[in-house]
Amino acid sequence: MSKSNNNILEVKNLCTSFFTDEGEVKAVDGVDFFIEKGKTVGIVGESGSGKSITSLSILRLIQEPAGKIVNGEIIFKGENLLEKSKKEMRAIRGNNISMIFQEPMTSLNPTMTCGEQIAESIRIHQKLSRKEAKEKAIEMLKLVGIPSPEKRVKQYPFELSGGMRQRVMIAIALACNPELLIADEPTTALDVTIQAQILDLIRKLQKELGTSLMIITHDLGVVAEMCETVAVMYCGKIVEYADVKTILTNPKHPYTIGLLNSVPRHDQHYEGDLPVIKGSVPSPFNLPKGCRFATRCPHARDICHNQLPELKTMDDGNQVRCWIHTDVWEKQEEEVASNS
Amino acid sequence: MLTFIIRRFLQIIPVMIGVTLAVFLMMHLIPGDPAQIMAGERADEAQVEQMRENLGLNDPLHEQYLRYVGNAIQGDLGTSIRTNRPVVNEIFDSRIWITIELAFWGTVLAVIFGLIAGIISATRKYSFADVSLMIVALFGMSMPNFWLGIMLIYFFSVNLGWFPIVGWESWKHMVLPVITIGSGGAAIIARMTRSSMLEVLDNDYIRTAHAKGVSERLVVYKHALRNALIPVVTVVGLQFGTLLGGAVITETVFAVNGIGRLVVDAIKARDFPMVQGAILVCAVAFVLVNFLVDIAYRLINKRIDLN
Repeated sequence: MSKSNNNILEVKNLCTSFFTDEGEVKAVDGVDFFIEKGKTVGIVGESGSGKSITSLSILRLIQEPAGKIVNGEIIFKGENLLEKSKKEMRAIRGNNISMIFQEPMTSLNPTMTCGEQIAESIRIHQKLSRKEAKEKAIEMLKLVGIPSPEKRVKQYPFELSGGMRQRVMIAIALACNPELLIADEPTTALDVTIQAQILDLIRKLQKELGTSLMIITHDLGVVAEMCETVAVMYCGKIVEYADVKTILTNPKHPYTIGLLNSVPRHDQHYEGDLPVIKGSVPSPFNLPKGCRFATRCPHARDICHNQLPELKTMDDGNQVRCWIHTDVWEKQEEEVASNS
Repeated sequence: MLTFIIRRFLQIIPVMIGVTLAVFLMMHLIPGDPAQIMAGERADEAQVEQMRENLGLNDPLHEQYLRYVGNAIQGDLGTSIRTNRPVVNEIFDSRIWITIELAFWGTVLAVIFGLIAGIISATRKYSFADVSLMIVALFGMSMPNFWLGIMLIYFFSVNLGWFPIVGWESWKHMVLPVITIGSGGAAIIARMTRSSMLEVLDNDYIRTAHAKGVSERLVVYKHALRNALIPVVTVVGLQFGTLLGGAVITETVFAVNGIGRLVVDAIKARDFPMVQGAILVCAVAFVLVNFLVDIAYRLINKRIDLN
């Protein structure tokens, strides 16, 4: 994948760890990716793969001292966010980079009206008066498709449904016209019909406002719908990084293949159970020495268990972290063939 | 909001029926014949019968109760046996106001120090400030009022001579009793605020506030405190009620002529109408304070609904 100067965000060798009594947990371990202006990148992985921590690291919202960004660079519009002061970071949060969280039920303050919560970030970043901010809040509610916004603006979160609340979250996130929107599982807590509405809304607003989007999900359906590029994460590392078409039609990494196989397809007939990825995610305190997926991989050999493969760029520009796609693997195959 | 207040006010009625019933029955539950007790040990049969007639003890119980409540509503709580003055006058002429003053400033002190200590502790979890404040709070909770009162008198009045030892005249008289009565509450509120605040600071909406670029200060005081206060307000209300009743010890230590001492003196003199009246007034004050607390509660937490 080619890099251009058109990138709004470049994450380089990001390492975020949590320090517990049992030892260090490398939640994010050397992650690299970038987002082009106006484009959508998806980060996919199961729980504990480090995708949410990656997004929180970008906004530097990791709770210290338990968690810490130990290494790497986060370049936003040419400047490293990890070198910014706390005050400079506050000016960026909610203004240049915004975030939508997974849980609309608990992500809004129960003691503040929706209007107050939208107006707050407008007042902080755009220095508008109380009245102007309130008008802008009503405008934002209208933009995210909430009916009778003049009434809703005075309501408290508990008076709204889950879907409505997520719309309010989106209104808060987009209130200051951010250049980058990070959506951390924006539809996971919602039921299916509302999911589609929220995704449509995000896509529509992204097009209208020209926002770049980073979407974190474990739902490959969301990926197919929204993303141009996808990074698949496993145990704190990116294992495959490719354009969405390649990921969905011609995945290279056994983990990505496993993920895709476990999604039911309408054009396929299943005898018995859906295929699953056998085993479970290794403990973060005791990660395998070699490839982190080796313990569950159907193709694993000695080298997989002993040596961590690099993220290798393929001929088509896509990247994959797997021994199968290296010369070493082919050589071993030849050796096995000649020996027998 | 108005309907809330009205509905909440109506809820006071059954509580008041219960309170008056309990206070009224107190007279009948004490061992022995109340008329005999009130007439005194040396009274002869005729005098006791006369007392019984005066008190209306020969009427059916429900009539007595209704008469008691009817009189109470009109501000007649009977006549003190000891002083022969109306109980209402004894209580309201000065006694109750002193106690309310004491409890009020005690609560103010408890709230101010409790909140400040709780917020400092919660925002600097496990720091030196947090640990030392919580140790002080533990002392505040464990120290009995009479002991703290005596120690304060010993150091600040006897040794240093900063404050008068007893009495209730100027603000100088109030300092030590208020500290004595407020310290326990301050400690409870501090610990309550700390734990409530820590819980709130862990919530998703705090992360949302940070993600919006809200400053640390505003996150604590605007986003977190308002939510953390919900359980604290309850404690404050209960605290005020406890202080009204708990004033007995502090008032005795500092020889303050409040309602607490009035009750103690009345009990010693077997002045039953006086004891009943004082307890009833304290209970009503407690109910009213809780009514105000519920309104405050509603103001900070919009989800409270009587339905």
